[in-house]
Amino acid sequence: MTKPSWFNRLSILFGLAFLYLPIVVLVVYSFNGSKLVTVWGGFSTQWYATVLNNPSIVEGAKVSFLVAAVSATAATILGTLAAVVMVRLRRFRGRALFNGMLLAPMVMPEVVMAVSMLLMFVTLGIDRGPLTITLAHTTFTLCFATVVLQSRLVELDSSLEEAARDLGCPPARAFVSVALPNMIPAIVSAWLLSFTLSLDDLVISSFTTGPGASTLPMKIYSQIKFGVTPEINAISTIILGVVVLGLVGAQLVSRRSEKAERTA
Amino acid sequence: MSFVTTTPKKVNWGGRLLIAIPYTWLLVLFLAPFALVAVISLSTVRLGMPPFEPLTAWDGSILSLRLNFENFLYVLTDDTYLLAYLTSLKVAAISTAIMLLIAYPLAYGIASCSPSSRSLLVFLVIVPFWSSMLIRVYSWMSILRNDGLLNALLLKLGLIAEPLRILNTETAIYIGIVYTYLPFMVLPIYSSLASADRTLIEAARDLGCSRVSAFWRVTFPLSLPGVAAGCALVFIPVVGEFVIPDLLGGADTQMIGRAIWLEFFNNRDWPMAAAVTIVLLALLVVPIVYFQSRQSRSRT
Repeated sequence: MTKPSWFNRLSILFGLAFLYLPIVVLVVYSFNGSKLVTVWGGFSTQWYATVLNNPSIVEGAKVSFLVAAVSATAATILGTLAAVVMVRLRRFRGRALFNGMLLAPMVMPEVVMAVSMLLMFVTLGIDRGPLTITLAHTTFTLCFATVVLQSRLVELDSSLEEAARDLGCPPARAFVSVALPNMIPAIVSAWLLSFTLSLDDLVISSFTTGPGASTLPMKIYSQIKFGVTPEINAISTIILGVVVLGLVGAQLVSRRSEKAERTA
Repeated sequence: MSFVTTTPKKVNWGGRLLIAIPYTWLLVLFLAPFALVAVISLSTVRLGMPPFEPLTAWDGSILSLRLNFENFLYVLTDDTYLLAYLTSLKVAAISTAIMLLIAYPLAYGIASCSPSSRSLLVFLVIVPFWSSMLIRVYSWMSILRNDGLLNALLLKLGLIAEPLRILNTETAIYIGIVYTYLPFMVLPIYSSLASADRTLIEAARDLGCSRVSAFWRVTFPLSLPGVAAGCALVFIPVVGEFVIPDLLGGADTQMIGRAIWLEFFNNRDWPMAAAVTIVLLALLVVPIVYFQSRQSRSRT
């Protein structure tokens, strides 16, 4: 099986078409001049203007970006610590529980996590709003950040770090000055992954927010409930654009550093 | 400060501090909340904030504990809830099977390509996973509507005389779930196929195995860990899915994630929602533990 057969090509084609056709349709119809979603009324960017002049959407976007940026940063920092713990400290009491708590959020239905965190915030008496959404998002994105960082840390050649330690460098400094620079691509992708997951979340935000603070997905959701409008297509296209740009950027960063590593 | 020890036996104070930070975070915001859900599921609903009665009362000399099992009795005997649990399990099982049928050939196809096109194709599979799920579900709403694109296309081709009702049916739920969760199934299968030892397949072929039987006897068994991981990654969250059944499904298909949402926001019965959540967790605890033991074994 050195060359892909016609069957292989066909399955790739079918799979990718299935994944991308709905997105293409969504983007194309965001430029539709007609208000009807299914009737093509010529090219127009009017819906983008409508979106950008809608204060409620803009406000939601601000909340979402703030929450996503703060929670992604917190999740990446905590995730780095967790990855170091899992990879470098192989044996300590409670490791199995720690590992379980890091893996469970990956598969836990969102509704379950949302209900449990809401009850925690209410019991602790924390006012619900952007802060509680941020805490909740940090917790559920933490496991995804850790997976990305952990797999990078496992691959990392630890002999340089050992050399630094043998030469009298304290372990913490050896880690920061030798291992950490090599982890920057993984840190960037962990941050981006946490950021997009947070930006996208509807269920956990809806449960953990209080009156007054609505994220962009919450605003989009309540509009979708009323029906399909070209305005939502325009918002969706903007979000997709941001995500794709970020992804391509991250891919380029990791490509470049891989190349640098190979030539070094 | 030194936290990275060369000998793995003893963890010093720096290491302990390092462990303590993420550990405490997860204990307080992930594990403890579950205990709280269990406690509140035994409480009684009331008006006010928080909308449930405390379990314990102190009247000066007597500490009384009131555990209300009514919520659980209701959840476990009421037909609507039982049906919602069963529907959720059924939908998750069927959509996992459909995804496997689509994802396996796709992952197999990608694994058969040259390394450079492989990374591009994997990237293309990952992009939808990173982009908003809500938006991707929404995109199907405009396609599947009665006056949507699919019906318009089928009518134009003369394949149907009247628009098909797909949106707000169980079919739409399946389409939405398969579509949104597909990357979760493709990636683990791909990585186990890509890391499978090619020489074993070549050896089987050299020894006279046909292409097809080499696949079933060598390649497929080698990819089973990826298949298992993919199924777990998809099945467990789908059981509690809210967005897809809410936006694409109809009133006749009630899934449990949506039931919890409605109990919370419409009925405002938090103890009941907590009880429904606990039963859902109990249903999922076996697959979750299975998933975790697999993941941690494959990583060490």
